[in-house]
Amino acid sequence: MTQTKETAHPAHVRAAQAAPHLDIDGMIADRGVEVVVCCGAGGVGKTTTAAALGLRAAEAGRRVVVLTIDPARRLAQALGLSELDNTPRPVSGFDTAAGGSLDAMMLDMKRTFDEVVLAHADPGKAEQILANPFYQAVSSSFAGTQEYMAMEKLGQLKAAADSAPDGWDLIIVDTPPSRSALDFLDAPNRLGSFLDGRFIRLLSAPAKASGRAGVKVFGLGVQLVSSTMTKILGGQFLSDVQTFVAALDTMFGGFRERADQTYRLLSREGTSFLVVAAPERDALREASYFVDRLQADRMPLSGLVVNRMGRVSAGALTPSRALAVAEALEDSGGPKSAENAAGLLRLHAAVVTIAQRQRELAERFSRSHPDVPVVQVPALNRDVHDLDSLREVGNALAGP
Amino acid sequence: MSDARAIDAADWQRARLHVVTGKGGTGKTTVASALALALASATDSPKRVLLAEVEGRQGLSQTFDVPPLGTEETRIARTKPGGEIVGLSVDAKAALLEYLQLFYKLGRAGKLLEKFGAIDFATTIAPGVRDVLVIGKLYEANRRRKDGRHRGASPAAYDAIVMDAPPTGRIGRFLSVNSEVADLARVGPIHSQAESITDLLESEQTLVHIVTLLEEMPVQETIEAIRELRAKDLRVGIVFVNMVRDPLLDDVALEQARNGRLHKASISGQLADAGVKASPELVDGLLQEAYDHAHRVDLESEQLALLEETGLPLVLLPALPEGVDSGSVRELADILLDELEEVGLTR
Repeated sequence: MTQTKETAHPAHVRAAQAAPHLDIDGMIADRGVEVVVCCGAGGVGKTTTAAALGLRAAEAGRRVVVLTIDPARRLAQALGLSELDNTPRPVSGFDTAAGGSLDAMMLDMKRTFDEVVLAHADPGKAEQILANPFYQAVSSSFAGTQEYMAMEKLGQLKAAADSAPDGWDLIIVDTPPSRSALDFLDAPNRLGSFLDGRFIRLLSAPAKASGRAGVKVFGLGVQLVSSTMTKILGGQFLSDVQTFVAALDTMFGGFRERADQTYRLLSREGTSFLVVAAPERDALREASYFVDRLQADRMPLSGLVVNRMGRVSAGALTPSRALAVAEALEDSGGPKSAENAAGLLRLHAAVVTIAQRQRELAERFSRSHPDVPVVQVPALNRDVHDLDSLREVGNALAGP
Repeated sequence: MSDARAIDAADWQRARLHVVTGKGGTGKTTVASALALALASATDSPKRVLLAEVEGRQGLSQTFDVPPLGTEETRIARTKPGGEIVGLSVDAKAALLEYLQLFYKLGRAGKLLEKFGAIDFATTIAPGVRDVLVIGKLYEANRRRKDGRHRGASPAAYDAIVMDAPPTGRIGRFLSVNSEVADLARVGPIHSQAESITDLLESEQTLVHIVTLLEEMPVQETIEAIRELRAKDLRVGIVFVNMVRDPLLDDVALEQARNGRLHKASISGQLADAGVKASPELVDGLLQEAYDHAHRVDLESEQLALLEETGLPLVLLPALPEGVDSGSVRELADILLDELEEVGLTR
């Protein structure tokens, strides 16, 4: 899709130019950019964007690792990810002329959590934690575990990259399909405050939480709280939690420190946030929330990628004119070619109308966020399932 | 694997709790809203339908053009034969406090629990507890009678409940979390609450519907969700295929477009006769659009075939060209009613 084809919509061209262009190739070329985080609502093509970006960067000479969360099967196959083993695997079949490399991995949340436990607790304690029912529930279903473990993995990859002289120089992270895109940012803190929380401390050591001065007044409260909790949840639940917390206690500092560290890593200059959206109302609204949040937290935002923009190839013809001519052709009762021509015109009118609506939605975003660079990526007419189609997405990301 | 049979009209009649899931971006909220409207206006007797969202996204308030929903059940729409839709945004924290009040008359202890972070702990962090509370709220609404009590001869407060549920990626865990909690909390009221909820979810009163688009990822997730839900003894009801667009070319033209065999010169001639300046670029552009369209149609029919293999009733809903609002969602509800008849679930 080139600019000249949009002559039927001069107003849109003007508005589109108002939003600064997101320079993906500039970002890839900048060696100072070491981490790229792709975030946005579910179903907008985050994983595809992350993978396409990784391929393009590798072919431009970067040593890249892509951390995906939940790729479509065909996309996983395109990256050579046949198994979910929580370790980066080299991707083959791309152009290595520029000296780049490409590894990819899928996140296994439970396994990552287990690894953290094994790495930070002594063997006996680790075993105790891994067997605890509360731990098992938290590690596989705690709201936010996936986000936290994505962060944790990112931290690990970064540490590995920094310690090897020929290690990765660019880490691209896809974010989990959260309830809200913001969960990703909040997860480390939430898990941190969970482990640091007053309630957990109360459960693990009631006396500590109440403090010496307030033993009498507070002690009563503590008793009331734990007896209520016991009544509601059953004694076993509480004792499981207590065992879990006590066991985690040794690695406590580790957890918090690491969460803080990863958060700091994300707010550094070497990190780049890419917000990904589809040209739909809800996805762009989510993108707005995310952009506002990143800006409020002073996180390094690179810009917005709007995927799946409708493609208009015959831009010189307006929808209303196309429909009028289609009607005339149909009325004329002409040969099959007239019918075909009318069909093409109706199709064209529909294609343009959808594309216009999508552009309007993207422009609405840019009007309320005039400083955020944007790139619009035209829809592919096939699913992405090999490196060639990923490369095509990469070309589109880099813009016309 | 439990009952893998596709539902029939009798199953549809018996269902009271409709859980609507789907991959993010497939239009779950829109379909849940249309389904609620369809259920409310399904027959001549007035129906009262509770439409609940559970993730605090306020999608319902946007769909129905009403102020943001709170934890109070509020009427958000009326339907023709005197039916109504009552909206609710279920909040775990409010549900827990309400629950504690109801069963324990807590008073001071409730405040203390809050102060110690126990409420936050239970609703945001303790695995599954949040989900038990959220589903528990709907469990309660399902049992409630018109007189506000939970037993007795008074008719049910709601004729049906539609839940705008979490997406397919989390739905299995969300709905089975009750059994997860039942294992964690081995005794006590949360345990028995979780058990009763699981009974309801696994009963024939509950159907889980999945919303998808004719695209690879949503269809793949739909098929995986069907397998997962059935393995957890949950009944899968309808697969809603959303945002379906009719092909704009007939089969012959599509075939020609696909193979690049649409006759350029004659199309160009027709356009010129109709008064369009048919430059080569314009004609090439139109043919390119036809080619793109043919490929999309192919992809979509490939995905539709995969869905048909599931043997489940498929309800096709059209794309709303002007987007979703309180008017277009009613149009969708009318189409949905016709489609339910079409697939043999209603008469």
